[in-house]
Amino acid sequence: MDKCRIPLGPFHPLLEEAEFFDIKVEGEKVVDIDMEIGWMHRGHEKISESKTFTQSIFLVERICGICSTSHPFACVNAIEDIDNIEIPERAKYIRILIGELERIHSHLLWIGLAGHFIGYDTVWMWVWKYREPILQLSEKITGNRNHYAMFRVGGVSRDFDNALIPVVNPVLDEVQKKMEMLVGVVNDDPVLKSRLKGVGVLTKEDAIDYCAVGPTARASGYDIDVRRDDPTAYELVDVNVIVTPNGDVFDKFVVRVLEVIESCKIIRQCLKAFPKVQGPIINNVKEISPGEGIGRYEAPRGEVFHYIRSDGSNRPVRHKVRAPSYSNIPTYKASCIGLPLADVLITLAAVDPCYCCTERSVRVLDNNGKRLNKNLLALSRGKTERIRKEIL
Amino acid sequence: MILNYILYSLIFPGLLFTLVLGLVVGWVERKVSARVQFRVGPPFLQNFYDIFKLFGKETILIKNSPYVIFLLAPIIAFATVALSSTILGTATFFHSGIGGDLILIIYLLVIYSVCVILGASSTGNIYSSTGASREIKLLLSDELAFILVALIAIIKSGYQINLTGIISYQASNGAIIGSLSGIIAFIIGILVIQAKMTLQPFDIPEAETEIVDGTFIEYSGPLLAFWKMAHYMMFVLLPMLLIVLFLGGIKLTVWGIIAGILKYLVIVVIIILIKNTNPRVRIDSALNFFWKYASPIAFVGVILAILGL
Repeated sequence: MDKCRIPLGPFHPLLEEAEFFDIKVEGEKVVDIDMEIGWMHRGHEKISESKTFTQSIFLVERICGICSTSHPFACVNAIEDIDNIEIPERAKYIRILIGELERIHSHLLWIGLAGHFIGYDTVWMWVWKYREPILQLSEKITGNRNHYAMFRVGGVSRDFDNALIPVVNPVLDEVQKKMEMLVGVVNDDPVLKSRLKGVGVLTKEDAIDYCAVGPTARASGYDIDVRRDDPTAYELVDVNVIVTPNGDVFDKFVVRVLEVIESCKIIRQCLKAFPKVQGPIINNVKEISPGEGIGRYEAPRGEVFHYIRSDGSNRPVRHKVRAPSYSNIPTYKASCIGLPLADVLITLAAVDPCYCCTERSVRVLDNNGKRLNKNLLALSRGKTERIRKEIL
Repeated sequence: MILNYILYSLIFPGLLFTLVLGLVVGWVERKVSARVQFRVGPPFLQNFYDIFKLFGKETILIKNSPYVIFLLAPIIAFATVALSSTILGTATFFHSGIGGDLILIIYLLVIYSVCVILGASSTGNIYSSTGASREIKLLLSDELAFILVALIAIIKSGYQINLTGIISYQASNGAIIGSLSGIIAFIIGILVIQAKMTLQPFDIPEAETEIVDGTFIEYSGPLLAFWKMAHYMMFVLLPMLLIVLFLGGIKLTVWGIIAGILKYLVIVVIIILIKNTNPRVRIDSALNFFWKYASPIAFVGVILAILGL
């Protein structure tokens, strides 16, 4: 049978953002897949070099609309890592609270979208309805439904009002109840199960080989979580890392649902701590000394990594961001080949790719002004080499 | 006589009536779906606005494609649906089929699917051809079950293929759904409707998030309007077919008409609820479902019908 090429993207209803997947099929069976990133021209790293440290925190918040706390979290971690700045305990609890609220709404968003992608619009609408109270809660706590702007170097900008504790608890109960209902629905529905079980399997070896992170890795039985492995605030709470063995789409769904429940538990620990832990919420930092720092944080999609180099001025001279989807997108090579086309699309969606997180390169042109798209990895490695030489 | 036929096919049970009713039912479908999903839903006339607007839009043709097929496919599909609803409607409301029977309706419905396949594969678009190949597979899977369902009605009514015959048999002996084989046929019939209208869980040829509305991706303007109208007219035609075959048709008395409307709404709501509580299945699962489960069960129904159950 002849191979047929199905271009998925750059603009396609499956993808909320511009992205290109080159799928080769024989009939309905996919025999090869190629990804091309670099359709979104963000330039965040470059802009960050022209902003002060405080401004760059707000800037990285705009990298992603969904995980808009993960990037500031990693960014302040990186800046604090330069000078080993200690932050007050109450600020740590507030950071955890916001981070986990964001994880809940991000996972709910994915569950809804996954429903939409397999043609189950009712799940989409229902889950997004359950997500709404979390956004309203965020607004009560931080003043914004999204882009909370709470993070500062050395702490947080706005205190958590202890009077809100009785407001938060019922919302968490409700979310937990809905999640348990959702697990029940999926376990009882044979059509849904046949659509998700055993589809798009990413084995543990492949997950390690392709450097998968976050729920994508954990669903394949790869026990990795920055919140537990390298905590900057999470040492204050118990984090139970959810790991499932199979690596299919169903397991990725289960990991996310259980993580929502786990996040509710973590938030409850914070709420218990708030009345006891009073005191300042920000440690005033006057200046950042020359040096470099890295910050890691477990975003809803996996580990997000920020590198910041300072020369002693009030601006970073280099700000490097690596989002989790950058590691997760290549796993398609391992999980998609051999599947029917209909299954490939839900497998593509199952790692919860966030392209605007991943892509912050400006347009890459070669010497003749032609667009370069094949060796971005080589370019990235070359840049790392260059930076390493500058440091040494 | 000829004037009568023209009126039948263009105004009352035919084109205009089915179209208006179909668009209204399309609104019911959208509204019920919206309420199931905690949305508000569109206003009553939304479908009329949509069709009206599509007629004012530009028709985009593809260079280097056999655009005669591309142009004719939606119009022939629309005409076949209008014709079959005329045949069904005259049998239901006037008890005088205008020369058509159940076999003709089965043929016309296949022509509709063939038009979808031809129109989709004439474009050369890869999504469209994938949709066409899926439509072929779907047609192959649901057609046998559909014929067996019709066969049960034929056998139960004393081997009559005439729609008026089936209705008058039920008027004297009670609706076919009252028997065991009738219930089996009705349930399989609803699932077949789901596949014939490409609604979830069998919206595989159109799969918006996979192949971007597949079969209809290259259509625009009035041609798309014809597809839409044919689709909404199927919303009248197929439930009406089930009513005629298994629920005893519609009697032309006040209570008969109220009961008819109720029967129709019940079937439509069942279809909408199935649509809203199922994800899209894969094409191989659909084939499996119809060949391994639905068709054998319908076949058992046929045997039961022969035995008189």
